[in-house]
Order: sequence, then structure tokens, then C-alpha cells
Amino acid sequence: MASGYSAKEEDGHHSGAPGPAGSAAARSRKPDNTAFKQQRLPAWQPILTAGTVLPAFFIIGLLFIPIGIGLYVTSNNIRELQIDYTGTEPSSPCFECSQNYSWNMTRSCACSVPFSLDQPFESNVFMYYGLSNFYQNHRRYVKSRDDSQLNGNLKSLKDPSKECEPYRMNDGLPIAPCGAIANSLFNDTLELFYNEPNGTKTQIPLLKKGIAWWTDKHVKFRNPTGDNANLTAIFQGTTKPINWQKPVYELDTDAENNGFINEDLIVWMRTAALPTFRKLYRIIEKRGSASPTLPRGNYTLEIIYNYPVRSFEGRKRMILSTISWMGGKNPFLGIAYITVGSICFFLGVVLLIIHHKYGSRSNSADLPH
Amino acid sequence: MARERAESSRAHRRTSKKEPKTRVVHPNVLYERVKGEENPNRHYADNKIKTTKYTLLSFLPKNLFEQFHRFANVYFVFIALLNFVPALSAFQPELSLAPVVFILSVTAIKDLWEDYRRHRSDKEINHMDCLVYCRTERGYVEKYWKEVRVGDFIRLRCNEILPADVLLLSSSDPDRLCHIETATLDGETNLKQRQVVRSFIDLDTEFDPLKYNSIIECEKPNNDLNRFRGYIIHRNGRRDGLYKENLLLRGCTIRNTEEAVGIVIYAGHETKAMLNNNGPRYKRSKLERQMNVDVFWCVVILLVMCLFSAIGHGLWIFQYGDKRPIFDVLSPEGTDLSPVVSAIYLFLTTVIVFQVLIPISLFVSIEIVKICQVYIIHQDVELYDEETDSHLQCRALNITEDLGQMQYIFSDKTGTLTENKMVFRRCTVAGVEYSHDANARRLAMYQELDSEEEECTSHGGTLPRRDSAASHHSSRMVLRSQSTKSHRRTGSRAEAKRASILSKHTAFSSPMEKDITPDPQLLDKVNECSSQLEYMRYHQQPLSQLPSELSDVLDFFVALTICNTVVVSSPNQPRQKVRMRFELKSPVKTIEDFIKRFTPSRLTSGSNSSSSSSLATSRSAPRTSCSLLPSPSAEGTLVRLQEERAPTAPESIFGPMLLTPQGPAGPPEEGELRYEAESPDEAALVYAARAYKCALVGRLPDQVTVELPHLGKLSFELLHTLGFDSTRKRMSVVVRHPLTDQLTVYTKGADSVIMDLIGPPAADDTKGKRQRKILYKTQNYLNQYAADGLRTLCIAKKVLSKEDYAVWLKSHLAAETAIQGREELLFESALRLETNLHLLGATGIEDRLQDGVPETIASLRKAGLQIWVLTGDKQETAINIAYACKLLDPEEEIITLNADSQEACAVLLEESLHYIQSKFLCSASEPSDRTFHSDFSAFHTPGTFSPTSTFLIHRLGLVIDGKTLAYALEKSLEDRFLAVARSCRSVLCCRSTPLQKSMVVKLVRNKLKVMTLAIGDGANDVSMIQVADVGVGISGQEGMQAVMASDFALPRFQYLQKLLLVHGHWCYSRLANMILYFFYKNAMVVALIFWYQFYCGFSGSAMIDQWFLIFFNLMFSAFPQLITGTLDKDVSAETLQDLPQLYMNGQNSEEYKPYMFWMNMIDAFYQSLICFFIPYFAYADSDVDLFTWGTPVTSLALLTILLHLGIETKTWTWLNWASIAFSIGLFFMVALCYHSSCPTCFSPSNPYWTMQRLLGDPVFYLICVITPIAALLPRQVASQGVYFYRACQGSLFPSPVQEGRQLDHLPPEVRRSLLSQSKGNAGGLFGIRPAHYAFPGVFQNHGAGGHVSCRRRGGTKHPPHKAAEKGGDCVPRTEQQDPRRCGPAPSEADTLPYSNPHSLAPSGPEDHLHTDPLLDPPGVSLVNRVLPCAPFNPQECVPLTESPPASSPLRPKGGENSPRSQVTEGQDFKERGDQVHPKDTSKEDFFQTTLL
Repeated sequence: MASGYSAKEEDGHHSGAPGPAGSAAARSRKPDNTAFKQQRLPAWQPILTAGTVLPAFFIIGLLFIPIGIGLYVTSNNIRELQIDYTGTEPSSPCFECSQNYSWNMTRSCACSVPFSLDQPFESNVFMYYGLSNFYQNHRRYVKSRDDSQLNGNLKSLKDPSKECEPYRMNDGLPIAPCGAIANSLFNDTLELFYNEPNGTKTQIPLLKKGIAWWTDKHVKFRNPTGDNANLTAIFQGTTKPINWQKPVYELDTDAENNGFINEDLIVWMRTAALPTFRKLYRIIEKRGSASPTLPRGNYTLEIIYNYPVRSFEGRKRMILSTISWMGGKNPFLGIAYITVGSICFFLGVVLLIIHHKYGSRSNSADLPH
Repeated sequence: MARERAESSRAHRRTSKKEPKTRVVHPNVLYERVKGEENPNRHYADNKIKTTKYTLLSFLPKNLFEQFHRFANVYFVFIALLNFVPALSAFQPELSLAPVVFILSVTAIKDLWEDYRRHRSDKEINHMDCLVYCRTERGYVEKYWKEVRVGDFIRLRCNEILPADVLLLSSSDPDRLCHIETATLDGETNLKQRQVVRSFIDLDTEFDPLKYNSIIECEKPNNDLNRFRGYIIHRNGRRDGLYKENLLLRGCTIRNTEEAVGIVIYAGHETKAMLNNNGPRYKRSKLERQMNVDVFWCVVILLVMCLFSAIGHGLWIFQYGDKRPIFDVLSPEGTDLSPVVSAIYLFLTTVIVFQVLIPISLFVSIEIVKICQVYIIHQDVELYDEETDSHLQCRALNITEDLGQMQYIFSDKTGTLTENKMVFRRCTVAGVEYSHDANARRLAMYQELDSEEEECTSHGGTLPRRDSAASHHSSRMVLRSQSTKSHRRTGSRAEAKRASILSKHTAFSSPMEKDITPDPQLLDKVNECSSQLEYMRYHQQPLSQLPSELSDVLDFFVALTICNTVVVSSPNQPRQKVRMRFELKSPVKTIEDFIKRFTPSRLTSGSNSSSSSSLATSRSAPRTSCSLLPSPSAEGTLVRLQEERAPTAPESIFGPMLLTPQGPAGPPEEGELRYEAESPDEAALVYAARAYKCALVGRLPDQVTVELPHLGKLSFELLHTLGFDSTRKRMSVVVRHPLTDQLTVYTKGADSVIMDLIGPPAADDTKGKRQRKILYKTQNYLNQYAADGLRTLCIAKKVLSKEDYAVWLKSHLAAETAIQGREELLFESALRLETNLHLLGATGIEDRLQDGVPETIASLRKAGLQIWVLTGDKQETAINIAYACKLLDPEEEIITLNADSQEACAVLLEESLHYIQSKFLCSASEPSDRTFHSDFSAFHTPGTFSPTSTFLIHRLGLVIDGKTLAYALEKSLEDRFLAVARSCRSVLCCRSTPLQKSMVVKLVRNKLKVMTLAIGDGANDVSMIQVADVGVGISGQEGMQAVMASDFALPRFQYLQKLLLVHGHWCYSRLANMILYFFYKNAMVVALIFWYQFYCGFSGSAMIDQWFLIFFNLMFSAFPQLITGTLDKDVSAETLQDLPQLYMNGQNSEEYKPYMFWMNMIDAFYQSLICFFIPYFAYADSDVDLFTWGTPVTSLALLTILLHLGIETKTWTWLNWASIAFSIGLFFMVALCYHSSCPTCFSPSNPYWTMQRLLGDPVFYLICVITPIAALLPRQVASQGVYFYRACQGSLFPSPVQEGRQLDHLPPEVRRSLLSQSKGNAGGLFGIRPAHYAFPGVFQNHGAGGHVSCRRRGGTKHPPHKAAEKGGDCVPRTEQQDPRRCGPAPSEADTLPYSNPHSLAPSGPEDHLHTDPLLDPPGVSLVNRVLPCAPFNPQECVPLTESPPASSPLRPKGGENSPRSQVTEGQDFKERGDQVHPKDTSKEDFFQTTLL
């Protein structure tokens, strides 16, 4: 890069260095006449004039508006139902339960919320729980986990990372899974019942598995493997997180969904980006093509209310939603596309008018006579 | 570095040695047997040089230490260390070190590489061979340079390079001389003589180091190349002085001397060459200073953001009160933190998180871009000079962008504007002028030839005969240059010069300078004179009977020939001086010698013997021949040839040429002698004399051989040479004239000094009258020469009686041997000799303008640059050169300031100021705005009219001489001086000293706060070059000192145009845009995180992965901006040169104004809002996790930033495309790799498989499309809006630069026709812009200011009047009077131009006022003359003109001494009549009408 200036001159050595300079004396120091060195590389020089910008505006406008409409329609076709069961109002069925602040309740509180669907949910229905005002993205909270422990590392199991402090050890025993995230695991149990017109309640089967990322379930999260396959034995010598009611190896009876690879845990461990978030809880699979997954009618949401949110004035929701190719219901993108498209189009029109009105003058200015 | 080292070693010695004042050198031979510790020279530095900064061990600590001198580095290290505090740790501590380490290591690697290069070249030099005497071998053995020690004897052979500073003890030269070429030290290509130490001169046998047992005591090492003092103390206690003539300097090359032996005095780093060499300079550019302000603002923004976050966090915690939420994790110890403590911690955390706002890579990027820019400027073919094989050198690497912001140019004249190639033009001898018309025609022809760009080899047939001879001649020159090649390895520059003579006639001693066509009349006289002399000698008549005019003619040419230091060498043996030794005799050195040589008996007979021997030999030359040929072998042929042609010779003007040896007759190897002079005018004079067949054929220390027509070769015994110095401004030689046998002093010098030294003519007799007449006439011709822009020199002689000489010699010898104050004594001694001279004549030498100077000046001026010329030349010469190079316009009015005292100067300035004000007030009241913007830039838009830069007034030039300048630069007057000077379009300072030059530059730079550029070529410009913001050296003929001091070195002045207008503009706009972009980019990224703080409880959490965040600047977004910063061209080079007005863009800092920083910040914040909230809403209330959401935000930011750069990029080459594609590709590649590498690492983000999932998410693509467009929409609309806004306003183009860009798009033919049109009508290309739009600001202010000032003018109607009257009165009695009482109250005058610059608007062109600078009143002269034809009617200018100043201070000195030429409208200045004006009454009228 610096070959342009002679180092010798810089150092004053040019006074008497023979060597290569001897032959170089005959060589001209004329710079090469190459396109790069003479800065004559072929180039495209766009000029932002009305003539070049106007078509761009129109093209953007004409492309974005239809896309936006498409997105908006898609989003509107998604069925979504949200039920807030926080129970802050005295009229709410869960008011009683919500009065409890404490994590360490011996007795679990149950409440049920009735709701009805005006329209049937056709395809697979995703059941989420939503939390509001819950800062899962708090800097210290986000860090408070030990991925290697969750990956089944035995060493980390017994000696969790420092990042887990102050949820690392309890009573001299290492906490499994350690850290604040795991400690604050969402532990409400939601069950859905369909109130058939005849009055009977049928429980809707909820799939527990398949709610976490495949890579999380199979790569990131692993149960520690010891000599014996028994989880209880492996987790011997560890203790449950302080706020948990049961240890990690009792989260589920299904061995494929127990311990660290419990999908509820995995989903929870993926900390949400924003303080209002939802997390996938269960999936209601469509059975057969004949009937909708959730037909129109009355339903009851049975909740075992464990998770205290009053301390941070949070809200808890249950959300039922179908999804489209672009995910859940969110009209924003459609609106955004329509807006930006319209603005561009509008600007294009305005500029066109100005261009038309004054353009002849500026064109003539290109070639003053 | 070298100096540092030398100093440290010196310091070390100082502690170890007792006597710090001098250095004592013993010969090493004596101590070879004893151990090293006993050697008294052991403390001196050896000859090994080491310019490296580091050793392997010291590299790391030392380099780090140096890097931490940069504040930014310390800051970033501090931030990185902050990360190690657990309570704060925002990032992984190790990771946060990465950028700092990266930056530091890049710099370290760069330093290491540079150091390695230095090491290699050191090694190469240290391992060169030289011969060193070895006692055991009893002879000289080869040793490496690095083994040479102080006290060693070394033997040097011809063409060897000196390894150290050596005291010359012996030379194979019979005169005990040694010639060295110092081109590498000072760039001067002529040979310099060095003399063997006096004690060893008479040594007959070969020097034997074993017998040497003296001790040398000399100065401590210092860097003054022209100074060396010391003694040599012999065993017997005798002391001999040592001078710089005895010292051979390291780096020089031995020439013309077969062998020399010397003792090493200074070695290695203590040599003068090494002490003189200081590395590249580091300056801080204006842009960088501006940038640093904005860096400071970035820090403020950072702190505000951190503070905001901290308070937010405190409040956020506070709102929960005691109900501690589950996600608010306790401190590791499990303790609860109070909101205040949390806030404080958070403040520090956010300082870490937001650190990116202070762009860590900015400094490194700027450095990289600047190096690339320097490289590209370097590579510009158009800045390459074929002739000297040199191209532009950027010596300062970090101020390229300053080139685009210059406002004032200070230029030297000689060698910068002119070629410094002196051509003899005309002369006057004994009061008779010889106009040399043929010579003038010949020169004109060269000029034409120069303009044709063909190879001269082909034009022999078509061009006139004279020219074919010239080309013939040139080809011989080439032959010679080839023969010299082998000898002159280092002189490649000079060689290329010679080789290129074929195509240009401008090289040193080119045919243009050498071939002087003699004036027939004068030639006749010379012939007549010498034939008479011949006759007289033949008839044994006393030579003094020669008519005085003829003897003057002869003496004139003899003086031209011998009164110089020209070295003669013959071309077939390059650098071998011609030996024509008739008698070996050293110059008079002692009184005894003098007495011996000048005893009466010798004076009669001895003198004959001395000259007769020479005459005897010279008589062998054919009598009838006027041969000038030095080599006897060729005489025969030439004589015949000349005899054949002789009869035709006098008739034809080409005749004399044919008689000269350059004629086609001689075979090339028999070519003429070459003269190598220290200054080009000396050579020009010698060549001129040769044209009159008075040729210098040999020069020895004690005699000069001259060949005269009819007389043959004459040897002048050279008794003394009193060299030229700038205070005496003359040089003299004392010779014994071989014909008259008189002791004669020939003096040559500046006319101003010589004329004063001319002895008063004898009172009344005719001779005295004649002398007076000659004096008077000569003075007239001198003035006329000066008016023609010629350099004038006077030649005088003096005949000394032997007694006088003896007296003088005694004192002179005393002075020469004096140890203390030798220089001063010699100076005084010279003064004693040079008195009572007899004037012989004067010469006019033309210094031709360099190619393209007028055009360059014109276009630089169009570019809004103020050009001041600071020269040491006399006023008339300077003014005329200024006219020639279009610096001054014949239509321009000139204010001349010549004052003899401080008070007079004050009055003058006051008057000029009032004059200027009133003049412009008058023109303001005229409703003529039609022409007012005519050659003012049509590009001025209201925004660009900044008061500091473009406050200039037309048609007004200021000329000030050195003496007045000295007064004007006094503290009390400098403001007034500036006020006057800045109102003038051009300023010319003549007779200024180097110090004044630098003071002027400093004054303008500091007071006006403008960017200054100084350009010069000689040592006298060095101080000015160093003071200016940018110093440019012309690597011309006057040596390398200017280049060494400069930031940029150009081969020719005209390249300045491209350097400034094109490269300067580009560098500035590129760098300005890049810096702004940098700020924008970092603010944009940081703002994203800042917005996020509102959604994470101000916890300092970042959704952008820390790796991305930290490498965002270093990797993902780094390359495109570097490419753009290096290669982007807003306007093409052609357009920039065709429309110099575009340069004002940089002058007014329009690419980077303070508000632009804030605009960019606002834009950055807006764009980050878009980039944040589109994904925010798109993913609102979804199951997205922190980093699956943050990664799209990062991608969006990157895309937006790159697209933004794309919009800012004006020129898209494949490199731009490639770099942007590379950046995007790199980001996704890195993300994909990073996100699949480790499932459990990179806590806390743990982004395993995130990007892979995102790539399967359609929403990601959807937001990627919409976000950049939405983010950049306002920028688009704004630029369009501005465009249309301007369009609506009636301005046809958005900005000059955009105009230029549009022009680039037009097909070349259209462009060309447009541009030529624009040049044709003075209104400029876009002159159709309505005038009222061009200067609305000016006009409004102008009107208002005009009113106010007019009223004020009415109020101050009297002071100027008084001032003028008083000015005249107070001059004579300055001592007693308070100077302030002489002048008017300065307040108004001072404040007006500064406080309301617009009030002084450019004048209308109606008032063609002409002033004549040639009036020369005794005390004060502010001379303004209006030509009667000027339409300007001062009566319109009501109050002030009623009171014309008394003309008393403006009384001309008298017609005799100040002949004036009258400028008439439209008449070329060169064609002015040379009639002498008597004091004419009309002039008084002029004063009355115009002087205020």
C-alpha cells in the first residue's frame, strides 16, 4: 500500500544505498497507466434526479401495495383467541388464586374460565400462554443459566456456572437446572374442555411434544447420562430450583419429555425478546379432515394457578391460534407494506407533478444555450 | 528518530566526558595495539546506523506505549477493562478486548513492517564497503561501513560514496582539491570543491597515515551542513583552522578526484547528513480537527444516553418497590441492590454497551483511507514529470484532505512560478544598450517549440535553420548524458533531465540558455577591441590607451567570465575538470607570499613571466582564428572551417552562432566545455560571454583561463574570491589582469547595491560628465529591464594599487585566520574592498515562466483561492512577473505600499483602507449589478457565501515591499494590513526575507482563520512552507531543502492545479463523507440498542449478539466504506479542472459542516427507529426469543447501512459492488457458521441455529425488504425535496457539485462545447442564473451596509483628509510624535471590513482605475492614478472625494530616478514606452480625483 512513497527517502538512507537502486536508476518512475491507478475504472454514476427516482417510487409503490394487501388478508384469516386469566378483578374466576404472591405454596389453586368460539378453528391450533410485563430480557436474567449443564454435562451438573448466581447452590447442593430463568419456570397447568351442546365436557387432547425447536430438544438440551438410565439417580446430589414444586426429573412421566429435555422447560429457557410475549404451550392437532379442530361452541379453560404475577403487575393469558405461512396473527406487516407502498406512490405522484411543472426548465438547464 | 538517538548518545557522552564543548579526534592508528578501552575515540558513535525504532524484545512494550499516546486507544482499553468488573460485565470480558486488540495489532503490524523495511535498508547501507587503513596490514583494507570508526583513515576513490563525515587530508588532485557532488544532501547537482587541510597541502609524497600524529579538535556533531569549525593541532603545537571546505560529508559522492584520504570525524548518526534527516511530518488536518469536535459530541451523546438509561433503570426498579419481581435477579451474593446503586452500576454497563458510538475503527479506517489516497495521488500519471523523472511525493501522509480546503496560496516566485532557468536577454555596457533582438526572437522560438509537444528529433527539416542547429545540438547533449550515466548513479534526476532535453528545451543549461545570439553591434565592438588590443600588444603600446568604451566592453566580458565560481568540465570526460595549467601557484595565502610575489622586481619582470608563459602558449593558437575551442586537437579542423565561413559570418545573424563551437562542425566528442555553476544566472552570464567569444576555458583555485578573440588564452591570476552572500548581494574576484598587469577587482551584484558603491565621478571634466551620464543611462536601462521582468545584475570593476591591496590583504588575512567571529570579520573585510567601483554595465537575465503558470493561476483563482506571491526579487521585476503570470491584471488597480517608517506605513494603510471602503461604497451606490458577478463565481449560492472565505474584491492588487512589510507586520498594524490585503485580489510582497514570508503566512493563517498553502522551491521558502497548513515544495533546481520541509513535493507549479482541484477535492469529499458516514453508522447501531432499553427495563441488555455488535464495525460494514472512501468520485477529474469553481465546495467545508453531523445523527436515529420498530411490531406478542429477534434487527441495520452507503456513493465501480456484496455475504456466512458451531457456547446469547431458522422464516425476508426502504425514504425524499425546492426557487441546479456531476453525464462533445461557452462568456457556465439569485445575501447586506457606511462615511469625512495631510507632515518628524495622532482613528477602519464583510462588495467593472506603482515618493507613497479614459466618475462618490489629500506625501522623487511607464487601457504592459516621464501635472489631477 505504501509503495507509493519511498521508504528510503523517508529514512534518509537514499543518500547512499546501492543495491537495487542501481538498476532502478535506468527505470522510469513513471506510474503505470492502468485504469485502477489512474482512477479510471469503468463506473456507473447514478444521479438522483426526478427522472431516475420517479420510476423507483412507482415501482416500489406498485409492488408493496399488493404484497401488503396479501399479507393483511393472510393475517386476517388467522383465527386467534386470547383469554386473560390473571384474575386481578374481583369478578374474575381466578381472583382468589391470584391473591397469592408466594411461590412456595403447598396447596395448588384451581380455577376455570369459560369461553366460547364464534367461529371454528380449522387447522392445527396452537395453544400459547402469554405473559405481560415480564422482563425475560433483563440483562442479568438472560445470563442466569448454564447451557452446558442443560446440555447434560455431568461436571456442570454438580458444579454449575458462576453465571447462575445466586441460583447456583441451595443448601450446599447444586441446583439443577440452575439460574434465574429456570427458577422462574412457568408452572401453571392449562387444560381445555369442550362443552358440548349436550352439556358434557370433553377434554381436548393437548400435545406436549413438538413445541420446542428441534435443535433445542435434540442438540442443545440433553439429560445427563450416567451408568444407569434412571434420571432420578443421575440427578442425585442436586436439588431442585427454589421456586419449583418438584424436581426436574419429575416434570413429566414421559422419559422423552422429562428432565432437561422437557419441552416446557426448553421453551421457557428461550428467553423472550420483549416484555410482552407468548410461549407455545401445547398443540391441538387436527384430527381428520371432516371436522374442525376446534368447532364453534363453548369451552372451559381449567387452570391450576401457580404462577404469581402480581409482584410485577403482570398479566397471564391463554392464547389459541391457528397459524399461516407467516406465523401467527399480526396485521402489522401488511399494514406496513401498504403504508410504505402508498407513501412511495404518493411521493411519486407529487414528484411527477412537480417534475412535469418544472421539469422542462430543469431539462433545459442541462443544456443552457 | 536519528536525531533523537544522536542526542541521547550525545547526552550519554556528556556525562562520561569532562569537556562537553568540543570533540577531539585522535587517529585510531596510534591506538590500534592498545585495548579498545584506551582509545580516546571510543565514546564517539560508530558508523553503524540504526534507524529502526524497535528491537525484537522492545517491540511489544515500546509499540504499545506509543500507541497508548493516542487517547482513543486508552479509552477503548479502559472500556474493555471495565468489562472485567463482574457487576458490570455486559459482554464476555475477553471478547470485549477483541476490537482493541485488533486495532492495536493492526497498527503494530504496520509499525513492524515499516521498521523491518528500515532495518533492511539499514543493513544494506551498513554493509557497504570502503577502504580503511589498517596498521597491521600497512595499507588500506576493505571494511564494511559499519566498521568504520571515528579516527579511522579512509581512502576514497572516484565515484565512491562517502561513508561518514571525513576531514580531507590528502587528494590526488595536484591542487589538493577534491570535488564532491552533494545532490543527495541538498539536491544541487553541481560539483563542490573541497580542500585538503592546509597543513597537508604542501605534502609532496603520498599521505602516510602512520606519520600522522596530530589531534583534531572540532565542534560537537550538529546538523548545519554549511558549518564546520575546528583546529588541527600538530605535534609541534601548531594549530591550523579547519573549515567546512575541509569536510567531506557522508552521502556525497567523490567526483573528478582519483583518490582522496581523510580521517573520520563524525560517524554514523552523528554525521551531518543523518542529523539533518527527520522523518515524515505529522500534521492534523482541518477535517480531523472538525471531526474531533464531533467525536466529543459523540461522547456527550453517549453520556446522555447512559445517564438516561441509568435513571430509567433506577425508576424501573423503584416502581416495584419491595415486591421484587422474579426476573430482577439479585446480585451474585444474593443481596438486594437499591435503585440508586443499580442505576450507578447500570450507567457503567451502558457505557460499555454503547461504546460503539465512539467509533473505534474510525481512526484506523481514516489512516487506511489516507494511505490509499496518498498512493493514488502518487500514481497519477498527470502529476508525473517526464523531464525530471519525478512524480508527486506525499511526504505528510495524513493531510491529503486539507488539499481540498485551501483558501490562500502563498507562492515563491523564482523557481516556483518561473523555471529558474536563466537566459541572458540583453545588456548595457558603458551606457549603451544592446537589445539583442535576435536573441529575443530566438527565445520566442523556443517558447513556440515548447508549446508543441513533438519529439524534436523529427523537426529538423521543417523548422527554420536556426532551429535545426538547435536540435542537432540537443542530440549531442543526449549523447553526453549517456556517457555520464555510468558515473552518476545517484544523479538520476539530473540525468533524466538531460536525457529529456530532446523533447523540452528547459533543462539545466539547455541550448536555450547556452546559445546566445550575440548582438551584432556589441560583437563588432568586442572584435574591434580585441583586435586593437592585439595590435597594441604587438606593437608594445601601453594598453591603457584603449578608448574607454572599448575597454569597458572588454572588461565587461572579462568580468562576466571570471567573476563567478563556475566549474568547467569537458563533455568527453564528464566531471573531469579541464586542466590548462600553465603555472602552479597557490593563491596568496600569507603576507610573506604576497611580498614575495609582489616585490617590485617581480612586478615588472615576474608578472611578465607569469603572464608571458601563458601568452606564449596562447600565441600558439592561430591568430586569425577566433576559435574558442579548448582542445587543441580539434583546432586545426575548426580553424579551416571557420576560415571558410568567416566572411559570411557578420552579415547573417546566424553567423556568430556558426562560429561558436556548438556549430555542426565539431564531432560530438569534441564538444564545447560545460559550465557548472552554483546558480543558474552565473552560468547564463558565462554562456553569454562565450557567445561574444570571451570564453572561460579553465578554472583553478589560483587562476582563471579565458580565451579572447585575437588574443588567445589569457590566464588571470586569481588572488581572491569573495563569494556571494545574500546580505552583501554581490560577489567579487581580485585578479591580476594579464594584459595590464593591474590588480583588478571585478564585482557583480544586485543593481541596488552596486549602484550605491559606484565611486563618485570626478567633478567637472568630461570624463566625469560621461560617467554620470553612463550611470544615469544605466539606471534607466536597469529600470526598463526590471519593468520587462528581467533580473538585473550590475558589473563593476576597480583597479587597486598594490599598496591598497597590501593593506587590505593584511586585514583580510587576519580575518581569515581569526577563530572567533570569522564570518563577521570576513564580511567587513569584503565591504572594505568593494567600494569606489567603476561601473561597467548591467545585464538583464530572463527567468522564464514555467509552463502553464498563467493558466494555473487563473484557474486556481477561479477556484476561489487567494494567491499571494512572496518574493525576494525587486519590486519592478516582481510586478512584471506578476503581470506575465496573470497574477495581476492590466485592468487591475494596484495599491503600492512603500514606507520608510512605522508611522508612514500606518498612514498608508489607513489611507488605503479608506480608499478601498469609499471606492466600494461608491460602487455600491451604483445600480450596476449586471456585471458584478461576472467573473465572480456564478456558483455562489447563499449558503456558500461565508464571510471568512470569499471576502475578496476585484480589480485591486496590493504590492508591498519588504521594508514596508516589516512595519506592516508589527502588532499594531497587522490588523490594518490584513484588512487592506484581504480586500485585494492579489497581493505581491517583494524583497521579503524568508522570515517575513513565514510571518505573513502565519499572520494570515492565525488572524483570518483560513487554510493556507505555501509553495516554494528554495531554502528561503522553508520557513514559510513549514508554517503553512500545507507546504508544497517544488523539486526543481534549487536543491532539496524545500522538498525536505514540505508536505507535498511537486515537479512543477502547474501540477498544483490538479493536485488541489482534483485530488484535493476528491480527498476532502471522500474523507468528509466517510467520516460522516462513520458517525452515522455507529450512532445508528447504538441507537438500536438504546431503543431496546425501553423494553428491557433499562437493564443494559442488548438484543444484538455481542459478537455481532463488536465486529459490526470491524468486519461487516468496514470494507464498502473503505472502498468508497478511497475511490469515490463525486465529479470527474475533467469537470473539476474545467470548472474550478467546484473547489469552493471544499473551501467552505460544504461536505462536512457542523450541522451535517447533527443531520446525520438525526437520520441515524430515525433509521434506527425504523430498523427497531418494524421488527418490533412484526414480532410483537409472539413467541420470538431475544436473539432470534435481535438477529433480524442486526441484519436490517446492516442492510440499511450498506444501502445508505450505496446512496451516498456517487461512482460505482465493480469494487463497490463487490465490497457491498462481500459485506452482506460475509455477515450471513459468519452468522450461519457461528450459529451452527457450538450449541452450548457464547453465553448468554447461545444463538445455536438461530440464523438457520430465520432463513426459513418468511417474515424475516419481508422485513428485510421493507425496512431499508422505509428507513432510507426520508433521505431520498429530502434530497429530492431539496432538488425540487431549488428547482422551484428558480435555481436550475441543486448544487454546484451536482451540476458538475450532471455535466459528467453529458456526452463529451456537448460537455466541451458547454465548457468553452462558459469560458467565452465571463458569466460562467451557469451564468444564466439570475443575478439576484446569485447573491441575495450579498445584495441585501450590501445595500444595508452601504447605507450605514455611507452615513458613516459622511461622518468621517474629515479624518481621512486630515490623515492625508498629516501623513505628509508627520513623516519627517516621526520620532517625537505619537504615531496615533498622525493617522485617523483606526476603529472604524478596523471594524468595518471585519464586522460587516458584505458591506464591501465586489466592485463594478466600470471603474477601470489604474494606478501606477512606479512613482516613488520619499517617505510615503500610495499611488493611485486614474487614466483619463476611465469612466469612473469620482464626483458621484459624494463626500470623500471632495477632500482630496494633499499630494505632499506623494511627491515623486523626481523623474530622473524613477522613470515611469504609463499604462494605457488594453495595452500590453510589455509594450510600454520606456520614455522617461518628467513630473507631469496631470498626475496631480489624478490624485485629486481619486485619492481619498
